[in-house]
This record gives sequence, structure tokens and C-alpha cells, in this order.
Amino acid sequence: MSLISILFAVFFYLAVLLCLVGVALKVAQYASTPVPLKIPTAPAPLTKFGVVLRMMREVFLFASLFRASKWTWLFGWLFHWALVLLFIRHLPYFWPGEVPQILHQTEPLKYAAFPLIFGLSGLLARRFFVDRVRYISAPSDYLLLLLLIAIALTGVLMTFAHYYPDMGMVYSFAEGLITLNWSELPSESVFLAHIFMVFILIAIFPISKMLHAPGVFFSPTLNQADDARKKRHISDWAIDKERNSKSG
Amino acid sequence: MSKFDTPKLETYLQTPALKSDAMASSGPFKANADMQKSLGFPGEKIDNWQQVAIEKMGETIEKYRSIPVFLDACVKCGACADKCHYFLGTGDPKNMPVARQDLFRSVYRRHFTFAGKYFPKLVGAKEFDESMLDDWYNYFHQCSECRRCSVYCPYGIDTAEITMAAREVMNAIGVGQKYCNQILGKVKKIGNNLGMPEPALRDTLLDLEEEIEEDTGVAVKLPLDNEGAEILLITPSADFFAEPHIDGLIGYAKVFHQSGASWTLSSYASEGANFGMFIGNYDIMREGALRIRKAALDLGVKRIIVGECGHAWRVAYSFWNTLTGIGGGAADEYALQLQNQLDQNYPQPQHIIEYTYDLIQKGQLAFDKSKNDHRTVTFHDSCNVARGSNMGGIENGQFLLPREVIKAACNNFVDMSESTIKASTFCCGGGGGLLTDDLLELRVKGALPRMQALKQSEETSGVNTLAALCAICKSQFSKVLPYYDFDPFMVVSVHQLVSEALLLDGDNSQQESKTL
Repeated sequence: MSLISILFAVFFYLAVLLCLVGVALKVAQYASTPVPLKIPTAPAPLTKFGVVLRMMREVFLFASLFRASKWTWLFGWLFHWALVLLFIRHLPYFWPGEVPQILHQTEPLKYAAFPLIFGLSGLLARRFFVDRVRYISAPSDYLLLLLLIAIALTGVLMTFAHYYPDMGMVYSFAEGLITLNWSELPSESVFLAHIFMVFILIAIFPISKMLHAPGVFFSPTLNQADDARKKRHISDWAIDKERNSKSG
Repeated sequence: MSKFDTPKLETYLQTPALKSDAMASSGPFKANADMQKSLGFPGEKIDNWQQVAIEKMGETIEKYRSIPVFLDACVKCGACADKCHYFLGTGDPKNMPVARQDLFRSVYRRHFTFAGKYFPKLVGAKEFDESMLDDWYNYFHQCSECRRCSVYCPYGIDTAEITMAAREVMNAIGVGQKYCNQILGKVKKIGNNLGMPEPALRDTLLDLEEEIEEDTGVAVKLPLDNEGAEILLITPSADFFAEPHIDGLIGYAKVFHQSGASWTLSSYASEGANFGMFIGNYDIMREGALRIRKAALDLGVKRIIVGECGHAWRVAYSFWNTLTGIGGGAADEYALQLQNQLDQNYPQPQHIIEYTYDLIQKGQLAFDKSKNDHRTVTFHDSCNVARGSNMGGIENGQFLLPREVIKAACNNFVDMSESTIKASTFCCGGGGGLLTDDLLELRVKGALPRMQALKQSEETSGVNTLAALCAICKSQFSKVLPYYDFDPFMVVSVHQLVSEALLLDGDNSQQESKTL
């Protein structure tokens, strides 16, 4: 195997490892941190089932963002759903063995690249042109958008502008990463740039604001049912406090 | 009238252009050493404050899941940026909820995250230095903890949680706010925010009884420390003292009288407000709640009902059972004793609005609505009721019940613009421990969005009465309404409207009962 193939294989494993370990640590931290008080925010569901519905409205539809800002919602919602579709579109590359029939039908999903770029560009433009959003943006906020746009553009170049690499090699390299049956990767620079940037994206997931993905499920304002008068809500440290105090 | 310009009311609420540092020197007075020490905080800023502050931040991160989740999850989308009444009123960018959180978040990133430790510039991580502490003090005292931002955040990030944590950190290093900490000291010593001792309270209640009897000819009682009463009323002490609050208290008394229930106030727990929440201190908040548990046990009551106070109801409804076991499920001896004593056929605690609403539903209260015909009423949803509690045990009951009670007592009711009420309600501008004259400019400017909506209702529907069910809202409106050329007396308690229209058995007075 060429040095570059070995390097990229190592990058891939390193990135995935950092991502998985980092996210696992963060999720463990969130899960083990107590929520001492009932703090659901309006409009608060009264039951667990209501919480599930609320969470689905937030995760799939971005309901709160829709209330807040229609433009941000449009850009953000298009970008996230396009990302999901493109993720599905990439699954066949990594599928070990025979690719299921359903994944052969994913060809048209490639067009999701355009709403993806549209959404990301809109979000980037807001950072430049809306004074409030410019004020709250750190360099990392711009860079993350630029990284995603660069990944999308290199993808578009390969898919729609004939910069595609040897697809047979792509399949065997990607599948090889999963099955530990490593093979050479194509050397086209657009392709290398594309996957290198994706590896970076994966690696920085747990140390960046991408933590909003696991975070939203742990947000007490969203995931609590408003049932304070029905059931006592108490954290371990508050129980200890109670045991140690004698007052009536 | 003032050293600042009151904002102009336009036809529509405008999102202001950024005015950097417009409110940078508008922080409130600091607590003195006595006030700080009475709550167990250092008397003045300690020498190694930075170190202790970082440790305290670490503690809040470990004790409250909301803190790490909210600090990590924000993507800086800006959804909240134009939702805060203080930003809309002042244009100061640090009054955008996300920017306010970023004061905390930038220090968190510097000290608690990989990216902030090694690439601080890249991710906007900052050191906790003197100027950062100044910003903390100023801007975490320009947040009324109203939670409006949390309704619009895709991750439910609630700036109130961050503000509370920041105030907790500042108190721990000896940098406290005068208004909140002085009041908490009074509660600790005397039992209410006003520092009103038992004899003064008793006198006030007797005066009120006389006043009601003069007006109506009916001997409506306001009992104090009446052991064996069925109901303990916990209400903000402002109800004993200030207009228009006191007319609300008269309203509760008339409703109790008419229902035939025996009830009582407590001189030991003569305060519904709990400023422990404002400073984010669990222990102090718990102490306040324990006073109420003790009063309920000592008086042997079957029910606890809470008067018109926004954050008091949030604390009562959402936190009391957690803090002290008022309700059910706690296992310590006093909580168990209270559980046996309280009548579990009723929700515990209950809001006075829920109580009155139930009586109306059962047809036990009769009204002469024409008594309120000189009014066209609108209702201000108080933030802590709207976004931190419920009423009636039905979804959105906290919006429905007060309106139904008002409509039962008034013929003319109109709502303000939909984007300024219910879950989206704008804070009055004085909540969260900011109801102090050293923050007057902030309070006046922060009231802008509410005043804007009120103006619109005045012009389109002839609204001349603003009903509220929170002591802070009532005081704040009384103060700021004149700045916007409204009549300060247009703000009323919901139970004042009830009081004026309620028909009492044995009321022989044909004359107009009581006007403003």
C-alpha cells in the first residue's frame, strides 16, 4: 500500500476513535450530571408521551427555530436534512459485502448537495450580514461553515463536474476500512481533499458546537414533563442535603 | 424626570441596531458586607476571587446538568438574539441572550474545554479578569430570568439558568447585589421581603377588614395565625402594603369569605416571594420554602394556596415539593407529617386563580360584571407563571385560567398581540431581582416591548386596564407606565377585578363599592 493510503486509513480510524470516545465521554458527563429542579419551558407537555412528541418536533422539524426566525429555519433545516440524505447516499461505499437493493436506489439523493450548499451559504451570509449574528460569531463559527461548504463543493465537483475518482477503488478502500481489508485509495486530489476534510469534521465533533446533536436530548427545558405536582422530582445531592438537615 | 431618554413607541416593535456598551455602566448597587455575611457569603470581594470563581463554576457544572448542556450546545444561530426585552429596549449587544450567556461560556471554554484551553482565540474563550467580572456583574443583573429566549432556542437553552449560576458564582466570591441580598436577609430575620413584623401585619389586616366592611357592609375577615384553619394563604408581602396589590388581597379575602372556607395567613411565613431563586442558590431557596412547610405544620392546615406572585408560583408549583416535600413523595419526618395532614383531594400547592376558577366553574360565585364596565381589560402573562408553571393541570392552563377568571368578572376583555402574550409573553422589565431604583433606566427600557403591545391595544381596542398576577409586574408597571404616557393606575390585580364585581352574601350597599 502507498504511504498516502496508509496515512488516510490511519486518519480515518483516528478521527472515528476521537469522535466516538469524545462523544461517549460527553454523553456520560451529561447523563451523570443531576437535574435538581423541574425546569421545562413553555409550551410544556404534561406527560412523558408529550415530551417525546415535543422532542420529535424539535429534532425533525426544528419547531422552536421556526418560531424564532423563518430564514434561519429555512437555511438550517435544509442543510441538516440534506446532510442526512447525503449520509445515506454515502452508505453503499462502506457497506460490507453485498449492498442491499434499497441502497442501490439512492442515486437521486446526490442532488441534496444543492440544498446543502444553499442552506450553508445562507447561514454563512447571516454571519456576515446580520449585525447581531456577526457580533456573536467566533472564528470557529465561520470555519465550521466553510469546512462544510468545502466538503460539499468537492463532493459536487466529483459528482457533477467529472472530477470523479476511480469508483471501484473508492468502494474497495471505503469497504476495506470497515472490514479491515485495506486497499489502495484513488489519488485524485479533489477526492483526497474531500475525505480529509470529512475526517477533520468527524474528529472535532466532540470538541465543537456539534455537541448540540447529543445535547438537545439532554436539555432539561425540553426533555422534562411538567408534572411537578404529581410526582416528586429530586436529585441525589438534594436528598443528601435533606438527610443532613434537621429543621422542621 | 430622568437622566435617560425613554424609548419612543413606534407602530411596530423594531429590532434595534447594535449600540455597543450602551448599558455597560448600568449595573445595580452592590451588597455591603453585612448583607453578604447574613447570607453566608464573603463580605467583600475575596483576594483569590478568580480561583474560587472557577472552582464555583466547576461546581455548578457538576450539580446542574442544564449548565454543561447549555454551554456546549449553543451553535450561535442567533434565534434568541432579538427575543430579549432588554436587548430590544437598549440595543446593547450584551443584552442578547446568547451574548449574555457567552460571558459565562467564554470563561467556561477557557477553563473547562479542550478547544478553549489550546485554541482560545479560535473559539472565543476568555480569561476571567477584572473587566470580565465587571461585565458579569452588569449584564447578569440585566437579565430578569424570564426565559423568553428558551422558548425560541432550538435546544431550549435557558439564559435564566446561566444567569442564576453566574450570580451564585459572584456571591461565592463576595460580589453580591444589594437589592436581592438585603431582601433575603429580611426574610431570614423577620419572615418577609418588607421586613414587616407580626404586629404591623396584624394592624394592616385589621385595617383592611374595616375598609371592606365600610365598603360592603359585610364582615370579611383576614385571619392571621389562625390555627386549625383549612387553608393557608401564602402571598407576596407586597399584597399587605402597596397599591394595586392590596386590592388583590381584598379580592382573595372576599372569595374565601364567599366560599365559606376557613383560611389564614401566617406571620412566620408571611412571604410568597422567594428571591433565593433569583440568585440561583438552592439552599436559600430551600430555607424560604421550609418556612412555609413549618407554618403549614404549625397551623395544621389542609391546603396551601398561593397568591398572585409570578416567581413565587414558579417556586411553589415547580420546586416546593422538590425542596421540602410539600406535595408528596418525600420521606423525611416533617414531609411525611405534612403529607398526612394535607388534603390530597386537591393539588398541593394550589394557585388562588385555580381556587377562584374552580368556584366559578361550580357556580359558587356570582358577579355583577357591570361593575367593571368602565374598563376594557387586557392581561399581562407574567413570565414565571407563563414559562415556569402550570394552572389547572391542563396543557396551557396557566394562560387559560386567569383569562377565564377575568372574563367572569368583566364584560370587556381583549388580548394584546399574540406574539407578546402566553408562551411568548414579554417580561414587565422588573423581574428576576431587578425591581430596584438603581436599575430604573434598565427597567424603563426593558418595558418597551410590553408598552408597545399595550399601546397597540389601547389604540385598536381602547384598552384602559392592564391586569397582572405578579407583585413584581404590578410594582414595575406602576412605576414605568408614566414614562410611556400611560396612567400608572391602569394596572390592577386580577383579584381586584374579581373583588369589584363579586356579589357578597349580605352586601346591602347599593352604592358603588370601591373605585381606584
